[in-house]
Amino acid sequence: MPFLACVLAYALQGRLASGAVYVTGGVAALLFLVTLLLFPQVSAGDALIYRIEWIPQLGLNLTLRMDGLAWLFCVLITLIGLLVVLYARYYMSPRDPVARFYALLLAFMGAMLGLVLSGNIIQLAVFWELTSLVSFLLIGYWYHRGDARDGARMALIVTGMGGLALFVAMLLIGHIVGSYELDAVLASGSTLVDSPLYPVTLILFLLAAFTKSAQFPFQFWLPNAMTAPTPVSAYLHSATMVKAGVFLLTRFWPVMSDSELWFAIVTYTGLATLIFGAAAALFQRDLKGLLAYSTISHLGLITTLLGMGTPLAAVAAIFHIANHATFKASLFMVVGIIDHETGTRDVRKLSGLWRFMPFTATFAIIASGAMAGVPLLNGFLSKEMFFTETAEFHPDIFVNYSLPIGATIAGMLSVAYSIKFVHGVFFGPPPTELDRVPHEPPALMRRPMELLVVVCLAVGIIPGITIGPFLAAAVHSVLGADTPYYSLSVWHGFNWPLLMSLLAMLGGVVIYVPYYRRFRDVDGLPFLTRFRGQRIFERLLLNATNKWARSFIELFGTQRLQPQIFIVVLLALLAGVAAGWARMGNLPLPESLDPVLGLVWLVGGISAIAAAQQAKFHRLAAMILMGGAGLATCITFAWLSAPDLALTQLLAEIATTVLILLGLRWLPKRLPVPEDLTLKMRLRRLRDVGLAVLVGLGAALLSYAVMTRSAPLGISEFFLENAYIQGGGTNVVNVMLVDFRGFDTMGEITVLGVVALTVFGLLRRFRPAVDSAERPEQQRLLDGSADGQRVADDFLRIPSLIMSWLFPVVILIAIYMLLRGHDLPGGGFIAGIIMSLAFILQYMAHGTRWVEERLRVLPVLWIGWGLGLAMLTGLGAMALGAPFLTSAFAYAEIPLLGKIPLATALLFDLGVFALVVGATVLMLIALAHQSIRRPKPAGSAKPREREGLAKWN
Amino acid sequence: MELILAAAIGVLVASGVYLILRPRTFQVIIGLSLISYAVNLFILAMGRLRMDAAPILDGANANPVDYVDPVPQALVLTAIVIGFAMTALFLVVLLAARGLTGNDHVDGKLD
Repeated sequence: MPFLACVLAYALQGRLASGAVYVTGGVAALLFLVTLLLFPQVSAGDALIYRIEWIPQLGLNLTLRMDGLAWLFCVLITLIGLLVVLYARYYMSPRDPVARFYALLLAFMGAMLGLVLSGNIIQLAVFWELTSLVSFLLIGYWYHRGDARDGARMALIVTGMGGLALFVAMLLIGHIVGSYELDAVLASGSTLVDSPLYPVTLILFLLAAFTKSAQFPFQFWLPNAMTAPTPVSAYLHSATMVKAGVFLLTRFWPVMSDSELWFAIVTYTGLATLIFGAAAALFQRDLKGLLAYSTISHLGLITTLLGMGTPLAAVAAIFHIANHATFKASLFMVVGIIDHETGTRDVRKLSGLWRFMPFTATFAIIASGAMAGVPLLNGFLSKEMFFTETAEFHPDIFVNYSLPIGATIAGMLSVAYSIKFVHGVFFGPPPTELDRVPHEPPALMRRPMELLVVVCLAVGIIPGITIGPFLAAAVHSVLGADTPYYSLSVWHGFNWPLLMSLLAMLGGVVIYVPYYRRFRDVDGLPFLTRFRGQRIFERLLLNATNKWARSFIELFGTQRLQPQIFIVVLLALLAGVAAGWARMGNLPLPESLDPVLGLVWLVGGISAIAAAQQAKFHRLAAMILMGGAGLATCITFAWLSAPDLALTQLLAEIATTVLILLGLRWLPKRLPVPEDLTLKMRLRRLRDVGLAVLVGLGAALLSYAVMTRSAPLGISEFFLENAYIQGGGTNVVNVMLVDFRGFDTMGEITVLGVVALTVFGLLRRFRPAVDSAERPEQQRLLDGSADGQRVADDFLRIPSLIMSWLFPVVILIAIYMLLRGHDLPGGGFIAGIIMSLAFILQYMAHGTRWVEERLRVLPVLWIGWGLGLAMLTGLGAMALGAPFLTSAFAYAEIPLLGKIPLATALLFDLGVFALVVGATVLMLIALAHQSIRRPKPAGSAKPREREGLAKWN
Repeated sequence: MELILAAAIGVLVASGVYLILRPRTFQVIIGLSLISYAVNLFILAMGRLRMDAAPILDGANANPVDYVDPVPQALVLTAIVIGFAMTALFLVVLLAARGLTGNDHVDGKLD
């Protein structure tokens, strides 16, 4: 199948610049031949289907399906592709990266073939997107040019949007029909039109087709896409890409067109595009712009035909697709030649080129004639069919008049711009504003264009022989058994359509003469310049991505933390209320009040509230009060049979306090200023207090409600029953930590280690604020009074002595706590913090320098060894064939100490211990160390003066 | 007893929430600590309050009814240590921010 070959070619893309031409040309030629050879089978009337099952359950298969219509398109794609490759061989400058160009061209050819050959509608949508993407790359081929990038982006946004719409439309069609196979869809008859989802589907579907085929009001991307190299324009914007839209319309015409909605939207969109495009084409100075608008206009014509819904109109549409591709591709090539030979495409600078390039001129005139619909050329035939269809009697009087009149006006305009193209470029006085003398291009550059023009002529003069059978196959594949009789002969007798054609010819000339005299220098439609689609699009794009986005953020977002936290807390409160309100049930009254605990919490609660009140101006007081609340918590733990927790809480409390004390020194001074609160601030505080009280109330209610219920059956019993049997310890909490849930602990100590290292890293580059960079006032006072004496010696002599002596004692306690942890309250965490407190005591007693001179603590090593030991213990279990962190245990009799438990869990706990020691000490020391460093305050860094600079001044 | 603990949790949470809504970093750090006390107590309370139950097993053949629920305790033990690490990290971030911005507002700039 051709597509497979194309994928192959795509894989082979561009090795060497010159080789790429032959590869591309060869592939195109091969595909063309293959397509031609397939014609006998296709013309037999049945579609060729080749299917690869992918996800049959979802109806997603890779299906290739070639029928008459697909065949016609394949011929167009491959033939014009081949000619464009030949043409580009001479057009492209050797400086351009041609390998990329040919690779993209091949990729586009593959995507386009895939599109027309798709037998699965999802696949069709995918290839549709692929053509949009590749065309984006091709339009933006000269990506160093800003206008090329803009044009490419615009094309991508517009057609990509359409592709998205198409995808949804295809899903809807698949949903309605029940299958994603094109065969099934085409065989579904009126199912689609009768479905209630039809209007939505149709709108999305048409959105896709109209964006791709540049129908009004999406026409603006096509002229901007003319920034692409001319071969690309000739290929994409005449023969293939823009035809994808009308291909889509034609493909689904049998199942979707039978409705008023289709008629109204498609016909009049087409008609509007037809007239608008033709008028705009007349007012273009750039030749490529002229052709682009002419393409828009012709696509409008095809769309109008497809909209009319009669079988004959469909025949005309298919016929015109083929005709337009041939003459428009050749005209683009002519423009490319002119551009190449003269260096400009501005119609004002060009004139009288007939003298310099007679061959090119002749062929260009013939092609323009086809574009205008001159008899004996192919454009005439399909245009004649178009006039015939519009002139058909229609019961609706508006439709009856608007169609033929609109068609005739558009015909006149297209004649006028064709005359402009020919007259403006090839006739008149010799050009005066050119840099060089134009001459005929290389013969091979002309050949593709000439061949296409010959096709135009051949089809125009002897249509029955040249295109008859192919058209018949294509028409048959769309219309099936309903194919009406149609005649391709040149002369139909003297009738309405002929009159319309003549009128158009004459009208065109009549329009052109005054236009040439007065408006030839005008660029763009005179009265529509203010409403350029491009500008509207760009403004919309700018607004949507920049202005609107910014105001959206301003409206709904804030960069300030306070409102964010407020909203988060408020939402949490609302969620909690919403979830808990109904489940609250009846709260029983308290059975007993514990006076001791009550007293503890009277103190604890007052401490907490006072801490909240004092935290702004009296940091030390707030911290002590917070400690009060912490101690209350600690006592509660002990009270409620949780000795491990009480111990840990107590120790963590001490460590936190030391930590914060060390940090306080770097915070700015804040003296209580006389309260001069504005109303706004008062309101804000009141609001915060309100929220805080509500949240507190909610938390209290929630915990009370839970506590007064009987506990559900949990997993606790398992731990209680198995802690001793399987874990070998009587302290269930510790056994859980180091054994049953060892993996959790492993993660936790890792977090602790990471935090400690982060703290260390942050502090290494610590820059204090300017106002706290100096040594504190208290230290400076002492400097004066006691020379050389340390603070510890004068004021803390006795305590520091005790602290020194306590060093081994505390370490011993730590080890004791570690060893007994498995059976009694204690364990790695507790022991670790105790151990680190031993170090901190030394720092407090003697100052940082004294300790660091005598004691080398390497906390980072402790962290590493701790984590490594814990990990190795786990891995050791794995080496013995048990899962990670399985522990074994035994009791051993050791002289003097008695019977102690020896579990591998102890090794793990040792790891925990080491890590906790390392992490805590690292954090505390790193912070303490800042006092003896002399860090540069932030903001005061001056650029160092370069040495030697002074002696020059 | 339940009522007292519930009230304690409520007071701690309310003070903490008020503090984390304040604009100064030190207030926020105190607030977070208060909230973490409340959360720890809350987790412990999820295992129901037992004053007369033993936390340490007495030999192999233990009757689970006689002992306190160990699962919340293990969780809280972890939470305390992580809470300590969090406070430390926050404190250092606070100090670094203070050094870089020159003030101690949570947004890094004064109103």
